[in-house]
Amino acid sequence: MSVVYSMQHRDPRDEDLIKGATGDWEIILGLEVHAQITSQAKLFSGSSTAFGAEPNTQVSLVDAALPGMLPVINRYCVEQAVKTGLGLRAQINLKSTFDRKNYFYPDLPQGYQISQFKHPIVGEGTVIIDLAGGRSVAVGIERLHMEQDAGKSVHDLSPGYSHVDLNRSGVALMEIVSKPDMRSSDEARAYVTKLRTILRYLGTCDGNMEEGSLRADVNVSVRRPGEPLGTRCEIKNVNSIRFIGQAIEYEARRQIEILEEGGSIRQETRLFDPKAGETRSMRSKEEAHDYRYFPDPDLLPLVLQQADVDRIAANLPELPDDKKARLMSDYGLSAYDATVLVGEAATADYYEAVMKSGSKKRDGKIAVNWVTGDLFGALNREGHTIEASPVTPKQLGELVDLITDGTISGRIAKDIFDSMYKTGRDPLEIVEKDGLRQVTDTGAIEAAVDAIMAANPDKVAQAKEKPALAGWFVGQVMKSTSGKANPQVVNEILARKLGISSDN
Amino acid sequence: MWVTQTVLKNQNKGTLMSVDQDTVRRIARLARIAVRDDELPALAGELNSILHFVEQLNEVDTKGVEPMTSAVDVTMKMRDDVVTSGNLQKEVTANAPKSEDGFYVVPRVVE
Repeated sequence: MSVVYSMQHRDPRDEDLIKGATGDWEIILGLEVHAQITSQAKLFSGSSTAFGAEPNTQVSLVDAALPGMLPVINRYCVEQAVKTGLGLRAQINLKSTFDRKNYFYPDLPQGYQISQFKHPIVGEGTVIIDLAGGRSVAVGIERLHMEQDAGKSVHDLSPGYSHVDLNRSGVALMEIVSKPDMRSSDEARAYVTKLRTILRYLGTCDGNMEEGSLRADVNVSVRRPGEPLGTRCEIKNVNSIRFIGQAIEYEARRQIEILEEGGSIRQETRLFDPKAGETRSMRSKEEAHDYRYFPDPDLLPLVLQQADVDRIAANLPELPDDKKARLMSDYGLSAYDATVLVGEAATADYYEAVMKSGSKKRDGKIAVNWVTGDLFGALNREGHTIEASPVTPKQLGELVDLITDGTISGRIAKDIFDSMYKTGRDPLEIVEKDGLRQVTDTGAIEAAVDAIMAANPDKVAQAKEKPALAGWFVGQVMKSTSGKANPQVVNEILARKLGISSDN
Repeated sequence: MWVTQTVLKNQNKGTLMSVDQDTVRRIARLARIAVRDDELPALAGELNSILHFVEQLNEVDTKGVEPMTSAVDVTMKMRDDVVTSGNLQKEVTANAPKSEDGFYVVPRVVE
């Protein structure tokens, strides 16, 4: 879109500036994200939207643009666009219109894309992005409009020809346009990550970037801090969050190099090549686009009732920002931990199930460390989703209880967790059957300490000189008790016997 | 309507609109209509008379009047989100000049 949007004023942060040969540069970024609406049928026809079908088997006579066919809008898709607008805390326009965007390409049989140009269904909104160190930035949303996806062309099946599959043609998309409010590749990545999370919470888009359900056009320009906006280039169709970061870094440096050598930036559309890690001009002899938008005479204005919008609003799920705030206040979590948990609704759900299972009150911080540490590690290693975790939230809660009440040591707990993950057994059963109860009996620990001290008189002498060496004894005692000794008791006894302060 | 918009973009607003031959050639190419150079003067003349007719409509004061979208007062019909069509691969590719393995086959388009 070639509109200049209002943008928020932000003082540049030194760490976001790019140091050029002739001074500092600021990157200005705005994103247009295309998100496929999760629906059974297409936006204006009754064809299926399922991914991966045989070519042209999900193409109705409307999608093939046969003469006389008329589009009829899918009510569910409209509701999903409204729901998304509400999730972006945006204005919902009760009246919006559809326009034809005219261009010729084999994957667009109508010769035009039905889109919303002048009057989109959703207006201005906000997305809060979460950055390193607990920093948050509000990114403005300019608009959200509905439009049709195009088909897919395959260029390498036979020389001299392109093969066209129209299965995607007519699938409902939401184009979500941000204001040029981002200032670094980190912010752009955080924006797409957050937007994807919001869409997945709402269930309006599955956010699957590999299948193309979510893709971004990235507008990049650079300027000297405080100066007017530079000319921008648009990098089309970037389909992974990592590539978005790489494309921005490359493109910003390319522009700075041109400007520092006294050249000027040509406004153009570019493509990111992940293999080469660079952006390239998309069309060299590009004729200036003239889409000749005009209201689609086949479609009446889309008029919504406020009551319908209110009904959708009343049924919105808890959104990531709200969930994050609630997890922080309910369970005493840090902003960082809460952000990690709310990244996927299923993760937050699992954590809350851990906290709520059984009747015991649990320490939120210990539980979050188990979820984002050992559990995440095991799930990643085994390629499981959290929904398919062999360790249930109830079992993980029981494990946390066994640590908290001193039944097992933290070290043994890791072994028990591994066993739970492999066998699905309850933690208490493993503790009982394998005899893993923590030894807090001072007599037994004292005996173990005495035995080790007697066997290593030289080390005893050293440790009395250098108390830091006491750690070696702790390790030996744990080893001789198979990790079951209570580490605190071991420390106390050792300190007493070695005649050093137990703070060491 | 888009002809009017295109012309408006290329001409000074407010003055009498007129289409020159270059504009006709450009519009024809955008619409993928083959027009020979010797047809341009006649087409420019025809388009100009259409535009002049449209321009007369501008004399009507439409301030505060909502654009009319339908002759009858109806709201847009909507469909439920149900799959009602599919597996028409043979039918939808039947009229294609060339098809193969269910694909439409077109002269190579390279980006």
